[in-house]
Amino acid sequence: MELLNTIPWMLIASSVAKTLFLIFLVVLPIVSYTVYAERRVSALIQDRLGPNRTGFPISLFGFKKDLQLFLGGLGQPVADAVKFLLKEEFTPAHVNKFYFWLAPVLAMVPALSTLAVLPFGNYLFGQKMVVADVNVGILYVFAIASIGVYGIVLAGWSSNSKYPFLGGIRASSQMISYELSLGLSAVPVLMIIGNLNLSDAIQYQIDNGWLLLPFTDGKLTLREFLLWIPVLISFIVFTISMFAETNRLPFDLPESETELVAGYHTEYSAMKFALFFLGEYAAMIAGSSIIVVLFLGGWHVPLLPINTLESSMTPGGIALGFLHITAFFAKVIGILIFFIWVRWTLPRFRFDQLMKLGWLYLFEIALVNIFITAGIIALVK
Amino acid sequence: MAYTVRRPNLTFWEKIYLPNIIAGLAITFKHLKKMLKGETHVVMQYPEEKWDAHLPEYYRGAPTLVKDEHGRERCVSCQLCEFICPPRAIKITPGSIPSESKFAKVEKFPEAFDIDMSRCIYCGLCEEVCPEQAIFLRKDYAVTGESRADMVHHKEKLYELGGTMPDLVHKWNPEK
Amino acid sequence: MSTEVPLLNVQIDGVWMQFPKGTKVIEACSQAGKFIPRYCYHPKLSIPGNCRMCLIEMGMPKMTPDRKPVLGPDGRPEIGWIPRPQISCAQDVAEGMGIRTDSPLVKECRQGVMEFLLINHPLDCPICDQAGECRLQEFSVEYGNSHSRFLERKVKKPKNVELGPRVTLDAERCVLCSRCIRFMKEVAKDDVLGFVDRGGFSTIACHPEKTLESNYSLNTVDICPVGALTSTDFRFKMRVWFLKETKSIDVNDGLGCNILIGSRENHIYRITPRENNDVNGNWIPDSHRLNFKYIQSEERILAPTVDQKPAAWTEATKAAVAKLKAAGKLAMIVSSKLTNEELYLAKRLATALNITLHDTLPRFETPDGILIPSDRNPNTSGARLLGAFTKEPGAHLKEIVEGVRKGTIQGVLSLGEDLLDCGFAHEDLLKLKALVVTSILPNASTKAAHVVLSGAAWAEKRGSMVNIHGRLQRLNKAVEPAGESRDDWEILRDLLEATGTVAALHSIEDVFRSMSQDVPAFAGLNLGKIGDLGLQLLPKQETATVTA
Repeated sequence: MELLNTIPWMLIASSVAKTLFLIFLVVLPIVSYTVYAERRVSALIQDRLGPNRTGFPISLFGFKKDLQLFLGGLGQPVADAVKFLLKEEFTPAHVNKFYFWLAPVLAMVPALSTLAVLPFGNYLFGQKMVVADVNVGILYVFAIASIGVYGIVLAGWSSNSKYPFLGGIRASSQMISYELSLGLSAVPVLMIIGNLNLSDAIQYQIDNGWLLLPFTDGKLTLREFLLWIPVLISFIVFTISMFAETNRLPFDLPESETELVAGYHTEYSAMKFALFFLGEYAAMIAGSSIIVVLFLGGWHVPLLPINTLESSMTPGGIALGFLHITAFFAKVIGILIFFIWVRWTLPRFRFDQLMKLGWLYLFEIALVNIFITAGIIALVK
Repeated sequence: MAYTVRRPNLTFWEKIYLPNIIAGLAITFKHLKKMLKGETHVVMQYPEEKWDAHLPEYYRGAPTLVKDEHGRERCVSCQLCEFICPPRAIKITPGSIPSESKFAKVEKFPEAFDIDMSRCIYCGLCEEVCPEQAIFLRKDYAVTGESRADMVHHKEKLYELGGTMPDLVHKWNPEK
Repeated sequence: MSTEVPLLNVQIDGVWMQFPKGTKVIEACSQAGKFIPRYCYHPKLSIPGNCRMCLIEMGMPKMTPDRKPVLGPDGRPEIGWIPRPQISCAQDVAEGMGIRTDSPLVKECRQGVMEFLLINHPLDCPICDQAGECRLQEFSVEYGNSHSRFLERKVKKPKNVELGPRVTLDAERCVLCSRCIRFMKEVAKDDVLGFVDRGGFSTIACHPEKTLESNYSLNTVDICPVGALTSTDFRFKMRVWFLKETKSIDVNDGLGCNILIGSRENHIYRITPRENNDVNGNWIPDSHRLNFKYIQSEERILAPTVDQKPAAWTEATKAAVAKLKAAGKLAMIVSSKLTNEELYLAKRLATALNITLHDTLPRFETPDGILIPSDRNPNTSGARLLGAFTKEPGAHLKEIVEGVRKGTIQGVLSLGEDLLDCGFAHEDLLKLKALVVTSILPNASTKAAHVVLSGAAWAEKRGSMVNIHGRLQRLNKAVEPAGESRDDWEILRDLLEATGTVAALHSIEDVFRSMSQDVPAFAGLNLGKIGDLGLQLLPKQETATVTA
């Protein structure tokens, strides 16, 4: 009995509730509608229309017409999901079955796990809107995110087929290469903030203005202005590395369809393929979230009051809490749309160009940037 | 000797690539904006919008059979189209016109005329070879069916699609 | 016959050649590879020379005043060309004759003749059955104009006229070549056709109160160079260019007229005679050419039956042999309509089953004096050679029927014959312990049979037959056997193997090879050596007894 009493039931319950809220009400809908946005935006950029037909099939329930909201085609992600669920679950005879089945899971789980430490809102219902407010947050993110490569490598290897194999090799070298510049480019930010806890990073930005837009607190000191230069460099390097880490164009060499059919997931179909799909987009969301937390002030909206633990139970505070969550994901969606925009603008790199960029430029720039930051911090008070 | 392609000499700004990325983003954004404002109209929304009005006169759609202004089947089942048809989509069963018919002079008509639209390649050779101006490729292109049998156009369907075509060669018509 | 025919030197289009005396110029030109267009000329008929299509330029050697030919620098006679064209069909070759078949004059003449012939032609090729094998079409490609200069109204003539029960006339298409008139008069010996009216209104018609009902009337359709005479049976059934023509022989009588089977997509549409001057010339009786419909009848037995229930082939052959072996004393009736290969296998099967009593059904009727002989079985000579009957055909039939009636014979194997035709009564069939029948159509025997084996019709199989004159001829396969039916030789081979004999026969060629080893008359032959026109197997006089 005593053992039972020592278990923090309240903490577990709130964590589970937050996880469920985050994954099923926020992340998965965002993922599916990011896919929709990807198709619509790409179409619009290319002077096409994109999926604009699929509504919600309420005609099945006796209504005269299907429900078409706003743009039309909003039922497409639902239809896609249903399609993935209903398709034949096909496992080729020549694959290594265990790893073949394990790979999609390994692609999906790390991407979702990173979200655990991301503070996606302020206090709400007396709870801090972060699943696990750990003090090594950013390290946790990098650690878990690098597990994601296993899913791809295993998929490529276990498929026992040349295209997935090449895709897997490309993925592992690409992700390892860019993790360096990704990590190093985050260091200046952490040096400025002086803390690894992501909630504290947001708190710092509330107090001193967003790192990328240092005037958001209403004032712009010389130190802030000087630090803005390395922060900008950091932001650019971090964003580019994030593109590479999430296998987005112009760095989508692991699955470049013109060369490798579909890369590491060539042999996958139905829900197993859907898991890769989900994992890829969940990783995009996680990456965008980190950018938002580190550079764009997280859930903070300038000029809006900040909830405290006590005020978060009042009706006004609840509204404010939801507003902050919305602000956070609005910023994330903004970054996601930027992802999409870039994807349909830039052509794919050649693999040697990719490696050269990672090792010869971004890595050095990130490294030098640390010293610049350190210099500024040390010299300018 | 291999020919060496001279690489362009890039300026510093071109080398760091970022300005060009921004320029590219601007271009794609311009397209996006124009689409959203409805200034670009490239894609046609198929079932609602159709290109039919712009189809040229020589458009080759589904082959059809036509009747003349007296209601006579122009086809006399000479089977030349069946012979010329590259994918062998046409199958004709010839028959004789009974002597009490007002078109008895023509003697021969198709008892059955089937075009398998799942085989038809819309080449128009049937129209070209027809000595009686009986078969025409019309502007019907939405040929659909739920089974292979549905895709076979029988005589009735062919005449329904073809309708009447007046003022063609008057070889068989009663003299005025 | 063997008198020496002198060879004459003739120059055709500048080349000197030699032809036997009496050769027609039109034939000489054909032999020289210069085909002369013609409508009225037919090698088997008299020569009226009325179509004027075969015009050529002709010349005779120039003569010196002492009637010696003037020799040119090459030592050949110099030719004095006749300034007007001549018809080549009515002209025999002569010594030193010169012929021009494609000079400008000749071409112009032919163009003129074509234009005249086409003046009243209705140009209804799309509905004309002759289209595709029409001389008017062929020659108008070579000599016709693309347009008509004729402004007047065309002459209307009777169309769709029934000249007889099997022939339809379209007078507008007729070019008045008179081939049909001459054929009926000279070959069919039934002078019913003639011209009536004059000039442009001239048409073919039957003599008053007569119709074209001779058993050879359809040959007029074959020789009609245009679409004037068409077969009522084949009319509008299929365009001729779709027909696959298989060389085969007719099986309705002992002569075995050479034929072409016109079929498309496994369906026979018509049968036309094939020229073989040793057998049937260019002709065939109507009754024979129209007697193919039963092959594609709805009634056809499509699969073997055991005890009147459909069975698989392996079961049926096993059951047949088992039932025959269990029945005791057996008799076999073999049809003389079977091919040599089948008769040979039947004989081997009889030996394997210890059948000593076997016979064929003779069919002798009055001959028609033209082509049809008295023997209406196509392969009586082959049956005699292969021992299908002893002494004379039908000599033992009575003995077999009596044996069955008395009960001494309890099993009968009938290959291709209905036993009721052989003198059996229906009750006799019911007495039998085992009745095994091969047939293509149901009859009283198949309805009473314990095992029915569905065979192939004559147009569905290959094989050989020997006609009444001892000529070995070949059947070829035009269509696939109906349903599950099989070639009779395969059925017999399987029966033979079911008796325990190892036959090792895998193709009709194997059967023929085996037959040529066992039967001296066929020694050294194979199906390929027979050729399209057959091969004289026995001396003609020896087989004269068959027809007697």
